[in-house]
Amino acid sequence: MELLLYDAFNGLIVGMFYALMALGLSMILTLNSVVNMAHGGFLILGAYLAFTLEPYLGFWGALVAGPVIAMVFGLIVERVLIRPIYKREDPVYSLLLTFGLALIMQDVARTIWGPAGLPFAIPDALNSPLSSSFFFLTGYRAVVVAIAFFAVVGLMLVMRYTRIGIRIRAGIRDLETVSGLGVNIYVLRAVNFGAGCLLAGLAGVLAAGQLGLTPTMGDSLIMPSFVAIIVGGVGSFLGSVLGGLLIGVAAGVMTTYYPAASDAVIYGIMALVLIVRPRGLMGQEGMFE
Amino acid sequence: MNSRYVRLGVLWLLLLTVPWWLPLVGGYTQLGTRVLVYALAAMGLNLLLGFTGGLSFGHAAYYGLGAYGVGLTLKYLAPSTPLALVVGTLVGGVAATLLGPTLMRRRGVYFAMITLAFGQLFYFIVVRWNNVTGGEDGLTGFVRQPLHFGHHVLPLHDVAFYYLVLFCFALATAIMGILLRSPLGHTWVAIRENRRRAQFLGIPVERYVWASFAISGFVTALAGGLNAMLNNFTSPLDLYWVLSGDFVIIAVLGGMRSFWGPLVGAIIYLYAQDYLSSLTDNWQSFIGLIFILVVLLFPRGMLGMLRMKARSA
Repeated sequence: MELLLYDAFNGLIVGMFYALMALGLSMILTLNSVVNMAHGGFLILGAYLAFTLEPYLGFWGALVAGPVIAMVFGLIVERVLIRPIYKREDPVYSLLLTFGLALIMQDVARTIWGPAGLPFAIPDALNSPLSSSFFFLTGYRAVVVAIAFFAVVGLMLVMRYTRIGIRIRAGIRDLETVSGLGVNIYVLRAVNFGAGCLLAGLAGVLAAGQLGLTPTMGDSLIMPSFVAIIVGGVGSFLGSVLGGLLIGVAAGVMTTYYPAASDAVIYGIMALVLIVRPRGLMGQEGMFE
Repeated sequence: MNSRYVRLGVLWLLLLTVPWWLPLVGGYTQLGTRVLVYALAAMGLNLLLGFTGGLSFGHAAYYGLGAYGVGLTLKYLAPSTPLALVVGTLVGGVAATLLGPTLMRRRGVYFAMITLAFGQLFYFIVVRWNNVTGGEDGLTGFVRQPLHFGHHVLPLHDVAFYYLVLFCFALATAIMGILLRSPLGHTWVAIRENRRRAQFLGIPVERYVWASFAISGFVTALAGGLNAMLNNFTSPLDLYWVLSGDFVIIAVLGGMRSFWGPLVGAIIYLYAQDYLSSLTDNWQSFIGLIFILVVLLFPRGMLGMLRMKARSA
């Protein structure tokens, strides 16, 4: 029982990373119509820069700086590389472009920081368990859950109540009409892309403290995040978040019973959802159908 | 019309004489075989991507299933090259066919994402099922077997194997060429050009895209099987999504609106990969740069550009 709880909680933590990734991916997918294969690249960018800056800024400073730099880089990439190809209708181009970018970012990270794993130091105060009976519930994990929770809730509030958030949601529904109403959709898409990269960077720093840093960590987190979007339902941000948590916990629980299938179970859930409810758990009607 | 036959004749003449001229320009027969295998995989993908307008980013899965089908058949079932190829092609192709209906409901970027995610399913199955597949280390312990024609035995050394691959390549391209000239092929192109209009004309679009997806899966699986025989080895990397990206860039680089585009793309891409990896440790960055440059500067690919030039001249 204790083991199950331990694995499930581990899964929940990893699911938080999936959820943050999936949320950003989903925003970029729906508004920018880009499958951002470089999302894992932005994740490692945020994580490694936080690692490098930590000695100067401290843990909390790095936790802010890493994602912000990922966002700034994302804004540059969007402006320079992605904006010129929005008008091409075939999705193959944006996919190949971000795929190439992902290859470069991973290779650069490997060249600068080396292929071996690096430890991302977290404050001692966060390293000890909160309670002696639940040894796995460290302060850091509680912080991860809290930060991820506030990031998601904050984003939901922005999407719901601010002008830019409402415009983004409207743009997802019908970008042409939003543009016709006088909204600068170039700015809208740039903001959206930057926000997605910010989330990727945040996931990267948080994951680095939990799992350590490797150049391939983006790779291993991006695929389950795609699955999270499919399971949660494209077009629903809450769906992506819940999808991420669900597959994270499912993979964690599977570790207890049948470790060999812990990766495959994610895809099993995806197949099941697609058969029973093709648009995903909370997916909206008419998106990409 | 005549010039097309001349060009086709030259193409096949060049392909048939690869073992003679490739060493003269600094290559080796196996490299030629590898180009054909990748070209075949990308042409299979291109049936869907370039002629039906469906972007699959998970074709490495069917390629890899073909490879494992071949390897496992040779290792456990029967030491027969033709049988192994048939089994490999069937394993990959049937997997694509069965998955088809689940994927068909979506389009555009979402279709790409969903094919990508499903591709990874097979990757994890192969990695985790290590007592059969050899896990992360890959599948070894099988070799391609000589071909038997009655009493005559043909050992498959490098050159003979090249011709076996060329034979499969010719067979598959002939089938695809015929299909594309048939009403089925024209319907695919109609769907690519305007999916909604095709739907309004009463064409069951999803079923047609499914057919394209399935056939393209069979062809790509055949290529994967041939690759396993070429190396007498296959590994989970043959199903990894990065390889799917390779196939897509090969098709786009050569020209995805052209039937022979992927062949041109495969020649350029494999040469670049070979050359760059001998030159620098950071070859992955340069490959990524090729991706970006092709997208920004040569979206029509090599053959597409040539065609544009020919038309404007």
